[in-house]
Amino acid sequence: MNLGDNLRMAAGALRGARLRTGLMLLAMSIGVASVVLLTALGEGARRYVVNEFASLGTHLLIMLPGRNETTGGAPPLLGATPRDLTLDDALAMLRSQAILRVAPLTIGNAPVSHGGLSREVSVLGSTPELFPIRHLDIAQGDPLPAGDPTRGAAVAVLGSTLKQELFGHRHALGEWVRINDRRFRVIGILADSGESLGQDLGDMVIIPVASAQALFNTPGLFRVLIQARSLASIPAAQRAAREIIRARHDGEDDVTIITQDALLSTFDKILRALTFTVGGIAAISLVVAGILIMNVMLVSVSQRTAEIGLMKAVGAANRQILRLFLVESLLLAGAGAGTGLLLAAAGTAALRAAFPDFPLAAPTWAPLAAVTVALLAGLVFGLAPARRAARMDPVRALTGR
Amino acid sequence: MIELQAVERRFQVGDEIVHGLRGVSLSIADGDYLSIMGPSGSGKSTLLNILGLLDRPDAGHYRLEGTETTTQDEEARAGLRQHHIGFVFQAFHLIPRLTAAQNIALPMTLAGVAPAQRERRVAEVLQAMGLSDRARHTPNQLSGGQRQRVAIGRAIVMQPQVLLADEPTGNLDQHSGGEVIKVLEQLNDQGITLIVVTHDPAIGARARRRIRMLDGAIESDQ
Repeated sequence: MNLGDNLRMAAGALRGARLRTGLMLLAMSIGVASVVLLTALGEGARRYVVNEFASLGTHLLIMLPGRNETTGGAPPLLGATPRDLTLDDALAMLRSQAILRVAPLTIGNAPVSHGGLSREVSVLGSTPELFPIRHLDIAQGDPLPAGDPTRGAAVAVLGSTLKQELFGHRHALGEWVRINDRRFRVIGILADSGESLGQDLGDMVIIPVASAQALFNTPGLFRVLIQARSLASIPAAQRAAREIIRARHDGEDDVTIITQDALLSTFDKILRALTFTVGGIAAISLVVAGILIMNVMLVSVSQRTAEIGLMKAVGAANRQILRLFLVESLLLAGAGAGTGLLLAAAGTAALRAAFPDFPLAAPTWAPLAAVTVALLAGLVFGLAPARRAARMDPVRALTGR
Repeated sequence: MIELQAVERRFQVGDEIVHGLRGVSLSIADGDYLSIMGPSGSGKSTLLNILGLLDRPDAGHYRLEGTETTTQDEEARAGLRQHHIGFVFQAFHLIPRLTAAQNIALPMTLAGVAPAQRERRVAEVLQAMGLSDRARHTPNQLSGGQRQRVAIGRAIVMQPQVLLADEPTGNLDQHSGGEVIKVLEQLNDQGITLIVVTHDPAIGARARRRIRMLDGAIESDQ
C-alpha cells in the first residue's frame, strides 16, 4: 500500500467520526498553541528587558564616585567623603587598550528659555563621545564639537520635545537659547528616540561638559560612561579603570563600577530559563492530548473491528494494519498541531495588536518543539491501539466477537 | 488445486475442548463448484475459514496450489489471501464510508497496485457486476443485492483462483439472492473455483459437488 493511499484511507476514517476527530484536534491544537504562546510571552519579556538595557549602549561600564562598601566595621572618621570624580580622571581612562570611548557626564536641572518661553529640563554636560555610546541620533545639525573637553563652548544640542516646546515648527538651528543666565547657540537637534529606562530623552539639552561644570559650579562628575572595546574586554576595561583611579586617587579606588552587560546577561539567563519552564509546563498538555489520542484510537479500533477483519481477509498483513492506524493517529496529531500553530499565530497577532510596545515573538525552537512533541505523542500513544488492531484474530473480528 | 489432509481444529470453550474439525481430508480441483451444508456447529464455517487461510489447523496439512500453508507465517498467509482467495460474506462487510468503486478497489489499494491500473480493473469489474452506474454510491445508498454484488466484485478484483462464499444469500430476499447466485455461477463458468457454505438446500443442490458436514467431519461428499 503506498503512502498516498494510506493517508487517504486514514483521512477518510477520521472524517467518518467528525465529532471525535474535532474534539481531538481541539485538544491537540490547544496544547500546541499554549506552548507557542507561552514561550512567546517569555521570549517577549526577555526581549523587552534586553532592549531596555541595550538602549543604554553596548559594552557599557558606568563609573560612579564613591564606593559601596559591603564590609563591616566603624565608618572612618576622616576622609569619609569620597573624592570627586574629575574630568581628568575620566579622560585618563583612554590610556587603557580595553577602553574604546569615554563620556564624562554632569547632570543638573536648569531653566532653558528662548524668546518668552522657558522650560525646566535636565541639562547633560558631556563630550561628543556620549552620542555613539548612548546611541543618540542627531535629527538636524551636528553633535557637540570635538576638541579639548576642558574648554567649554557655548553650544547646545536640544532634545526633540524641548525643541518643539521652545520653537514649535520654527527653525531652531543657529538660534540662541538661555540656560540659567548663560547663552548657548543651538547646533543640533536630537532625533526622537523615546524613553530609556524611564528617562525622557526628548526633554533635555546636551552641552559641553566644561560648560555644564561652569553652569552648575561643580568640579565633580555625576557619572563616567565607559565603552569597552568588545564584550570580551569588559573585565579588562573594568580592571584598568580601577587601576587608573587608584593611581590618581592616592591608592584608593573609591569608585563604583556597574557593568551593563553583567546585569543584562543575568536577566537574559533568568528570562530564558523562565521561557523554557513555561514551555515545558505547556508541553504537559501535549502529553495529555497524546493520551486522548490513545483513547480515541482505542475506541475507533473496537468500533471498526469488522473492518479490520475484512482488511485482513482481503490480504492486509498485520504490519499494514499497524501502519494504517499509526498513520491515522499521526495525522490526527499533525492536523491538531497545524491547527494549533494557526491558533498561536492568531493569538500572537491579537496580543501584538493589544500591546504594540511589547516585543512578543515565539522563539524559533518553540513551534518546532511543539509540533515534534505532538507528533511524537501521536506516534507513541497511537502504537498501543494500532498493535491491538494488527493483532486482532480475523475470524473473531469478522464475526464481531 | 486445494488439498486438505487430516485437518484438526480444536477450540477451548471454558474448560471444555470442542472439536471444530476432526480429521477432515478433502481435495478440490481447479474450477470446481462445491456446496458445504450442515447444521449449525457442524464445522462448515470453520472449514471455510481454514480454506480461506483466516484460521490455522491444529494438526494436518493444507496445500494451496502446491504450497504447504500450515508452516507459513502470517505475512506469507496474508500474501496468499491477497492473490489466491476471494471472500464473500453474509453481512457483505463493505466499508460504509467508501464508495462502491473504492470498496471494490480496496484489495488492490492494500496490495499497492498503481492507481491507473486500479481504475481500469475496477471499471471492468463494475461492468461485469452490472454496477457501472453505481460506482460513486456508498453502500447505504445501495440495495442488498447491489451490496452483495459490490462485495463479489471486491472478492474477484485481484483475479483469485478460489472464491469462498459464506451464506452469500443469507441477508437477501429470494429475488436478489437468486441474482447473486447467478453471478457467482457465471464466475465459476469462467474458471474460478467456487465454494459456497449455505443453509439453503435449494442453493446447495445447485453445486456440482455437495458436501454435508456433521460434528466436524464430512458426512457425505457427492
